[in-house]
Amino acid sequence: MQATSTTPPALRYSGVAVALHWLLAVALIGIFSVGLYMADLPFSPQRLKLYNWHKWAGVTILALSVLRLVWRLTHRPPALPPTIVRGMPHWQLRAYEATHLAMYGLFFLVPLLGWAYSSAAGFPIVAFGVLPLPDFVPVDKALAELIKPLHGLAAFSLAALVVLHVAAAIKHQWIDKDGLLNRMRLGHN
Amino acid sequence: MTHIPTKLLTVAAMLVATLLTAPAQAQAQAQQKLLPAQSDISFAIKQMGVGVEGHFKRFDAQIAFDPAKLDAAKMAFTVDLASATMGTPDIDSELPRATWFNTAKFPQATFQSSTVKALGGGKYEVSGKLAVKGNVRDVVVPVLLVANGATTTASGTFPIKRLAFKIGENEWADTSMVADDVQVKFKLALTGVGKF
Repeated sequence: MQATSTTPPALRYSGVAVALHWLLAVALIGIFSVGLYMADLPFSPQRLKLYNWHKWAGVTILALSVLRLVWRLTHRPPALPPTIVRGMPHWQLRAYEATHLAMYGLFFLVPLLGWAYSSAAGFPIVAFGVLPLPDFVPVDKALAELIKPLHGLAAFSLAALVVLHVAAAIKHQWIDKDGLLNRMRLGHN
Repeated sequence: MTHIPTKLLTVAAMLVATLLTAPAQAQAQAQQKLLPAQSDISFAIKQMGVGVEGHFKRFDAQIAFDPAKLDAAKMAFTVDLASATMGTPDIDSELPRATWFNTAKFPQATFQSSTVKALGGGKYEVSGKLAVKGNVRDVVVPVLLVANGATTTASGTFPIKRLAFKIGENEWADTSMVADDVQVKFKLALTGVGKF
């Protein structure tokens, strides 16, 4: 009787994947908001502080994204339940795959562009004020001006994909009512 | 007819003699000249752990330095604080303000040497007074002289505390944001430095 009450583990993402998903969800929303806010601040200690926090958070997110990618590649996510696959048109399945792939790409691209911008502008990142990170681009003001809008563009692209991702999750949860979100729900079964 | 060329020759010889002795006389006053284009005065500071550097684009020096007579050596520097740049426009526009250099009231930083000590091997220790923003502090500056043909390069680095000079006041006095320690670096190309 006990065996039937437990959900087969393959239907849910692993605990590590779920934890990383929600931790990074909160972190990404936070860093995006700080990024939007700080860019318009006048020259002040507050601005300097937020820029540094934003950089520290950015490289932390980059490191966690590496961990997340390694985990994803070594721990196959659960396959979509057959009932859900049958209920989705082909284009939706393609969009689902493309969105996830693009989000993963941007998890790396956004912080790497930010890091490159910081280096090119002549402000190498010292994580948490103690760990100097290497510059992988030279100090070059023209290059910095070129990278700056790309960092923003990549960040807004990721934000747009997150909105799409959340909209799809809401649709599955409250319109389709197919229980898809259980795969990524926090807590134990 | 021969006396005219002789007179001309005499005048010409006097002219040549004057031209030759004039620079020699100027040099006899033991004045070394700074070559600004080949010189650099910069400062390095940490903001939230990140090392950043700035430069002064305009500075001048009056140097009377005879390695054989160090007691008589005199070095005076003036640095145009409005020429400070850290390479970022929004920072550069802040530097002249009252909080930082206050260039409207204190356009120049000055250094005046008091004693010069030879440490051997082209190394010297120059003590003197550094005045920035109306604050005067004693500093000891290590200088390394390296001769390179007609020019001699004097270089060195010395630490100062920015708050001792009130550079960065009010909200910017917080040393957890911008460190108190500043390294001042200089590389000065000089002509007319004698053998040392």
